[in-house]
Amino acid sequence: MKHTISILVENHAGVLARVAGLFARRGFNIDSLAVGVTEDEKISRITIIADGTAYTLEQIEKQLNKLIDVIKVRHLPAEELLSRELVLIKVACLPSQRAELISLAEIAKAKISDITVNTMTLELSDSVPRIKTFEELLRPYGIKETVRTGSIAMQKGGASMKL
Amino acid sequence: MASEKMTVARAMVKALEAEGVTTVFGYPGAAICPFYDELIGSGIRHVLVRHEVNGGHAASGYARMTGKPAVAIATSGPGATNLITAIATAHMDSIPMVLITGQVSCEQIGRDVFQEADITGSAEPFVKHSYLVKDPEKMPVIFKNAFYIAGSGRPGPVLIDMPFDVQKAEIDFEYPETVDIRSYKPSVQGNKLQIKRAIAAIEKSKKPLICAGGGIFTAGAENLLRQFMRLTDIPVVNTMMGMSSVPADDPLFYGMIGMHGVKSANYAINNCDLLILLGARVGDRAVTAISRLEGATVIHIDVDPAEIGKNLAATIPVVGDVKNILEQLISCAQNYDHYDWKQELNEIRKTQDKPIEAEPEGCVNPKAFIRLLGQKLPDNSVVSADVGQNQIWTVNNIGLKNGRFITSGGMGTMGYSVPAALGAKAARPDSEVVAICGDGSFQMQFMELATMIQHDIAVKVIVMTNNRLGMVRELQTNGYDNRLTAVFLDGSPDFIKLADSYGIPARRVTDIADADKAIDEMLSSKGCYLLEVRVAENEKTIL
Repeated sequence: MKHTISILVENHAGVLARVAGLFARRGFNIDSLAVGVTEDEKISRITIIADGTAYTLEQIEKQLNKLIDVIKVRHLPAEELLSRELVLIKVACLPSQRAELISLAEIAKAKISDITVNTMTLELSDSVPRIKTFEELLRPYGIKETVRTGSIAMQKGGASMKL
Repeated sequence: MASEKMTVARAMVKALEAEGVTTVFGYPGAAICPFYDELIGSGIRHVLVRHEVNGGHAASGYARMTGKPAVAIATSGPGATNLITAIATAHMDSIPMVLITGQVSCEQIGRDVFQEADITGSAEPFVKHSYLVKDPEKMPVIFKNAFYIAGSGRPGPVLIDMPFDVQKAEIDFEYPETVDIRSYKPSVQGNKLQIKRAIAAIEKSKKPLICAGGGIFTAGAENLLRQFMRLTDIPVVNTMMGMSSVPADDPLFYGMIGMHGVKSANYAINNCDLLILLGARVGDRAVTAISRLEGATVIHIDVDPAEIGKNLAATIPVVGDVKNILEQLISCAQNYDHYDWKQELNEIRKTQDKPIEAEPEGCVNPKAFIRLLGQKLPDNSVVSADVGQNQIWTVNNIGLKNGRFITSGGMGTMGYSVPAALGAKAARPDSEVVAICGDGSFQMQFMELATMIQHDIAVKVIVMTNNRLGMVRELQTNGYDNRLTAVFLDGSPDFIKLADSYGIPARRVTDIADADKAIDEMLSSKGCYLLEVRVAENEKTIL
């Protein structure tokens, strides 16, 4: 079972190493990880998608809370989740195929970020399943390179994760 | 307090003084020299150990006596990495320590210079927290926080890595009076509702049992535990870390649980209808003996929420300081009578005492010896057991009433007993402190005999010798069809002559009939003493 965990940490050197090290030594699996500064520059947010049972999730939350630099840990329930990944996909694209790809991008609401004589780079920010679908649609053209961020996530609605 | 201009090295000493540190254990080197230079003339006693790991273990023994963070110091590189086993040992047993290491200068970090090691990185899995101090101005607040973190909540080791150039930098020193770490607020008070539920469960229970662990000592709750068990008439068992929290001869005490525990304790934990875990994480060696706890209610009281539900599912979790929660339980609990349940346990206890077997010529039965020692020790003695057969013989037979038993419970670190005893004795010079080890573990730590002599720390050392790594030998006998390999300690020195070369009086016991006199001689000796006790090479762990 996949769990999305949002972690507020002190924006210090070495904090990411402590968090990643904890996952590694306790045998918790990380599917995706994204780090960035929050509205307060002294605080960073780490979003981790982890795989595990309810027991594992409970231990992940408790063990994270024991790290001194961790300020707050929150498991975001799937039904309240607003989650996004960003992907850049460079596909082979002959001049004759450009119109097709442009219309695909329009359908998926992707942007065309770069174009050369025989490639096109598309940029999409969306949920993980929709990114996967988009990637499948592009595959027949020949994907030359894909770069994805980890998922970032936020709770839907008016509530926010504060200190 | 007005600020004062001084070097960071001097400020480090001032910070230790402000924390009430009077004794530190350490080993110098180039990268920590600015700090050592400032120790001259301070009131702090520096005990020069003979290996950094033993400085860590000595601080551990010291902290277990005082309940406050103890300090060990090492230099950069190998000095720092040598501390790691001591840090890991303290981490597993929740011992408050502040470790200070020298580091190469900031601009050299990451260039693989002489005696450089990433100690904060390599010790990360074993510390409660660590700091690499790169900004000299932050040193005072880091020291303040380090002592607070090490000693509060679930205690543990905190490492402060001090680069050489930072130690030499000048700062306006003012030691903070208060701590404010927004991400660290350990819970002390238990949840009122959970305490009510616990009391209701105790009232309902016919066969309640308290399993007390090392958290009792951490919280300084020995007396409250004794008061609570007598008030409620609830039988008590211990994990290894909890041993000596309850007098061994108390009618309500049924011994140590676990793989190497006693029958009455393991029977009790498997047959109770209510288990109250008090400051015990019930590690795997303790839990293996629990086979049928299903159906029993489990109240788990621990300061660390992560321990609750980790090894054993809890029905009623109570997060908080054991002392605080015991006080609340005592104020709500009533007098109960568990006569039938105690009778049931007493019947089991009666059957577990096997007669002491005759030993081969020239050998002493370790169980008989430890029992005799326990009877002869003064009431407030400290017994530090090593790891292996000597540990199990000691823990199950020493029978301390108001003394203190210490050992490396979680990590099982060989070579712990002597330096830990040294630290304990430094903290409690008026108590008798005895280290008990085997001939294997003794040879991992006997360099510390010199430290004891140099600093006049009169530890009594008992070495149980059989020229074997006994517990591994037994494992090979039972689990590997008696194919014995790498368990013979041939080449060991004559321990009596060895002690003599340090100027330490020593004696060898080869017959239980002589044990009485030998123990008397050891206990009446003012300084250090070494007693070698010969045991049979095929002696079993569970006698």
